[in-house]
Amino acid sequence: MLSDLLPAWRVKRIIRYLLLYAVAYGLTIIFALPFLWAVSSSLKPVNELFLWPPQLIPKTWRFENYIEIWHVAPLARFFVNTVFVTVFSVSGRILSAALVAYGFARFRFPYRNFLFLLLLSTLMLPYQVTIIPTFLLFKAFGWLDTYNPLIIPNWFGGGAFAIFLFRQFFLTIPKDLDEAAKIDGANTFWIFIRIILPLSKPVVITMVVIGFLESWNDFFGPLIYLNTPEKYTLSLGLANFQRVVSAGGQATEHLLMAASMVMTLPSILVFILLQRYYIQGVVISSGSK
Amino acid sequence: MIAPIKQRLGLSTPLTLGQREALQGFIYISPWIIGFLVFTVGPMIASAYLSLTDYNIVTPPRFSGLSNYEYMFGDKLFWKSIENTLYYTVIFVPFAIAGSLALAMLLNQQIAGRVALRTLYFLPSVTPVVAAAFLWLWIFQPQIGLMNAIISALGLGNGPLWLGHPGSSKPALIIISLWGALGGNTMLIFLAALQGIPKELFESADIDGAGSVGKFRYITVPSISPVILFNTVLGVIGALQMFTLAYVASSGRQQQFSPGGPLNSTLFYVLHLYNSAFDFWEMGYASALAWVFFVIVLAITGFQLWTSRRWVYYEGEDS
Repeated sequence: MLSDLLPAWRVKRIIRYLLLYAVAYGLTIIFALPFLWAVSSSLKPVNELFLWPPQLIPKTWRFENYIEIWHVAPLARFFVNTVFVTVFSVSGRILSAALVAYGFARFRFPYRNFLFLLLLSTLMLPYQVTIIPTFLLFKAFGWLDTYNPLIIPNWFGGGAFAIFLFRQFFLTIPKDLDEAAKIDGANTFWIFIRIILPLSKPVVITMVVIGFLESWNDFFGPLIYLNTPEKYTLSLGLANFQRVVSAGGQATEHLLMAASMVMTLPSILVFILLQRYYIQGVVISSGSK
Repeated sequence: MIAPIKQRLGLSTPLTLGQREALQGFIYISPWIIGFLVFTVGPMIASAYLSLTDYNIVTPPRFSGLSNYEYMFGDKLFWKSIENTLYYTVIFVPFAIAGSLALAMLLNQQIAGRVALRTLYFLPSVTPVVAAAFLWLWIFQPQIGLMNAIISALGLGNGPLWLGHPGSSKPALIIISLWGALGGNTMLIFLAALQGIPKELFESADIDGAGSVGKFRYITVPSISPVILFNTVLGVIGALQMFTLAYVASSGRQQQFSPGGPLNSTLFYVLHLYNSAFDFWEMGYASALAWVFFVIVLAITGFQLWTSRRWVYYEGEDS
């Protein structure tokens, strides 16, 4: 009777689907557990940190930890510094990459293909190869312990990836639009500002997300260029958290977890809100579309 | 703007349309050209020169021939960092590629809530590395950490000391990196590639009675092989550059030591370069390390591209 209702192929199919869902949703636990554990630890009082076996749900919820972190370390300062660096880095990257990409996409000039290949080859160049002379150069400029080394290089093309992304997009904009404007007497810069850029909103947003994540999360740059603790960005401040916090020998893991979550939240929010654009950009970069 | 320049150059004939276009093109790409010369070409030449000098930043560089390179061959930390970096790359990259592909294939099935799952899988890769390092340092805490609690709850005895012992420090870093990488860009790129495989290929394979292993081996893998190559090349370059995670994980507690511990077990190549340059201020030696690194990365990438001709299929090509 049962085998009439549920033939073997159907049973097989149901089992397959059950397995699929179990694996797909089971994996979310592995990916989410470090976050859950950090949030749980960040809401515990000190004495609960050391309970054995560890408890995921705090016995006493200590939300004050999230207020305390702003007092024990100059976290607000780090936050403002990071926002400053991120805003000026990302805007520079987008503006200069779009200009350069416009040059590559819309003008014919000698060695254009060679120069574009050269540009793409820098994608494979590890930044460590040039870091020491670059550091010495910025030292000669008197830029050590300022934000200039973190911001200003972004205004010179914004990197091969950004230029590539803009160029690919500009190539899909019909040239008829440029031509029509040209006949009306518009110059090329006007065409760029009034026609090309407004049509490129999706790539601009893609680069806002990618640029934000890179600048916000950057550690190496701040590490070698910034010395004064008041100038630290969040990543550098967090890395030195245990040194910055004066806990008198007491454990600070609950505060460290709270500060880590505070630093992570903007990245997660930006990604979740704009992930459609982000994913598009990543897929274009791989050439699979 | 162009007219006065022409006058000064003494050009009597006006620029042709083509010349005008070329000039404008160069003006638009000039920010990149300047940046490329100042931040890439110049520094590369400068570091080639510096690698032949003794330079401690305080006194001017002193030419010393190939002595930095000779020193490197006798530098135990150099060889240790090569060993650590290769260990990490050889284990991390295959797991990252296979795992990302498996996740992408999972998300390519008809599952309710696919978009939400994709977002969840992706979140670790947008987590700042410094924050991820602290999250996991806390999980890997040997005495009261979550990981060893799970291990002992499973009846597997006491877990390892993780980042506190040279035998388990690299595996711990690999686990952290995999958590951050599996659901990230690599997976997104695989997913897009999988969605691009023509359905007819699978349908005709079904008619021929192919099993799922056969379909994976003879349809999926060849179809996405260019993307496998792309992800592998970028994955290897990224793995060779391992820095931030190891730096924070090894210096988070005892910051009076140079990062890379315990017992130099997490001293990766770039960490050794960083210590040489910014801890010991040996700029000449660090420049030599940078150039050797460049050659290593170039050689490994070149090798992968060269061997890829045997297994990568491009569309419109006879196989």
